[in-house]
Amino acid sequence: MTAKARVAALEGWFTLDEHAPQLLGTRCTACGTCYFPKQSLYCRNPACESTEFEEVPLSRRGTLWSCTNAGYAPPEPFVAADPYEPFAIAAVELAAEKMVVLGQVVKGVGPEDLRVGQAMELVLEPLSEDAETVKLTWKWKPVPEAAA
Amino acid sequence: MSSNNEVAILGVGMHPWGKWGKNFVEYGLHAARAALADSGVRWQDVRFVSGAATVRCGYPGYVAGATFAQALGWQGAEVNTSYAACASGSQALAAARAKILSGQCEVALVVGADTTPKGFLAPAKGYRPDDPDWVRFLLGITNPAYFGLYARRRMDLYGDTEEDFGLVKIKNSEQGFTNPNARYRKKFTMADVYASPMVAHPLRLLQICATSDGGAALVISSVEYAKRMGRGDAPRVAAISTVTPTFASADVEMPDIATDSAAAAGIEATRFRAALAPKAYEEAGIGPEDVSLAEVYDLSSALELDWIEDLKLCARGEAGRLTREGATRIGGRIPVNASGGLACFGEAVPAQAISQVCELTWQLRGQAGSRQVEGAKVGITANQGLFGHGSSVIVKR
Repeated sequence: MTAKARVAALEGWFTLDEHAPQLLGTRCTACGTCYFPKQSLYCRNPACESTEFEEVPLSRRGTLWSCTNAGYAPPEPFVAADPYEPFAIAAVELAAEKMVVLGQVVKGVGPEDLRVGQAMELVLEPLSEDAETVKLTWKWKPVPEAAA
Repeated sequence: MSSNNEVAILGVGMHPWGKWGKNFVEYGLHAARAALADSGVRWQDVRFVSGAATVRCGYPGYVAGATFAQALGWQGAEVNTSYAACASGSQALAAARAKILSGQCEVALVVGADTTPKGFLAPAKGYRPDDPDWVRFLLGITNPAYFGLYARRRMDLYGDTEEDFGLVKIKNSEQGFTNPNARYRKKFTMADVYASPMVAHPLRLLQICATSDGGAALVISSVEYAKRMGRGDAPRVAAISTVTPTFASADVEMPDIATDSAAAAGIEATRFRAALAPKAYEEAGIGPEDVSLAEVYDLSSALELDWIEDLKLCARGEAGRLTREGATRIGGRIPVNASGGLACFGEAVPAQAISQVCELTWQLRGQAGSRQVEGAKVGITANQGLFGHGSSVIVKR
């Protein structure tokens, strides 16, 4: 039996580097405003009329803005495991981009293990799988204090 | 803004909130007839019907203004329909006020009503990565998750506790206990709160707003018209604020999975909730110290505390203490959600912001019965829509 192919649950939203993945956003070439998800049609900065954007990988590390969890299985298109296991959700503030990005927290870490302001980093983990593929998504993982 | 920019509230009416499973038009019609009866204005004299839309009830909901006008009986009035998710009712009220203040009509009817499905509000189907609403559900981020993020942040920043959030729920359940229009009329205890399952840490089922059926309506007029009716003392709409945030919005709001970026030079991150009240106070020519009571959008019990601070009724981080001290109860310094709030109503999206104005009107007339805030002169509402916008309405007498 061969291993299932590991694919992105949202194609083009992040690099598939399983050691040091990064979210892929865009940046306005005129004013420097970043976008995630990607924006390439118009800049939302009211002082900027640019329509030129470049793709940029976003910072892999940030600080926890807040966290919560999903006590009940979310509805479709979420694919819930059976039996359902609650997972944590984090909002992480990226310093360079000056924005907050949501995502699931890695398996095994609950909101009671986290504190606002602590260092978090981006990793990839399965979101769901079917017969042929494992669908990967970005998740936030606490950075061990010594490494932060 | 002077009193020249005020409109009079001649009549208010509601259909009780619940899960009745009927057509939304029936609720709207019931509320409209109640508001007309309360106002003493003949339906034939209403020249503008402003409906708040519902997007879950098919085509009649998209053209709510015309739908309600038809149900009441076509009589040649002009119509309007507004949609702004939970802020739809305020935008419908704003449209009616503009029509009156510009002199195009003297008396208008504002109506919102909804019938809601059970459970989580889910996105449209298909593989649709361009829709942020679809993406966040794919990742498992439902509406309560956003409420949980805000609640948990308060705990880490200000030292709020799960018990504080429980106190909000208990207070609102006691205040709404005798409200005939409320859906949930039960006095909950802290043990009840803790016995309910965790939905989105640190919020439990009893601390998260349900979706409800309901309808609410207002009859408003020019001040001159009210005076001619001998109703010059009727409560007045003194301000309606529907301002958007200023880029970059720092709020993590449904349905987005990221905030704006404030990386560009000269850009500062701002919060939409905090932007709503200053505009309302400026327009009404009053300050937070003049407010007798507030009806705020407690989508979660923790969110009530954010709103109290955003309306500047206390300093940032102080709303938990205010609640513990009983200041936000009826009889306290600044009663909040005397109606029982969303905790007792659940949310009937297009009717909710209108129902807040109904409550303030009853309070300012001294007709709120056992919920009465003694000597109420000025009331303020706070409400939120989607993508980080909302509304705040000031009613005074």
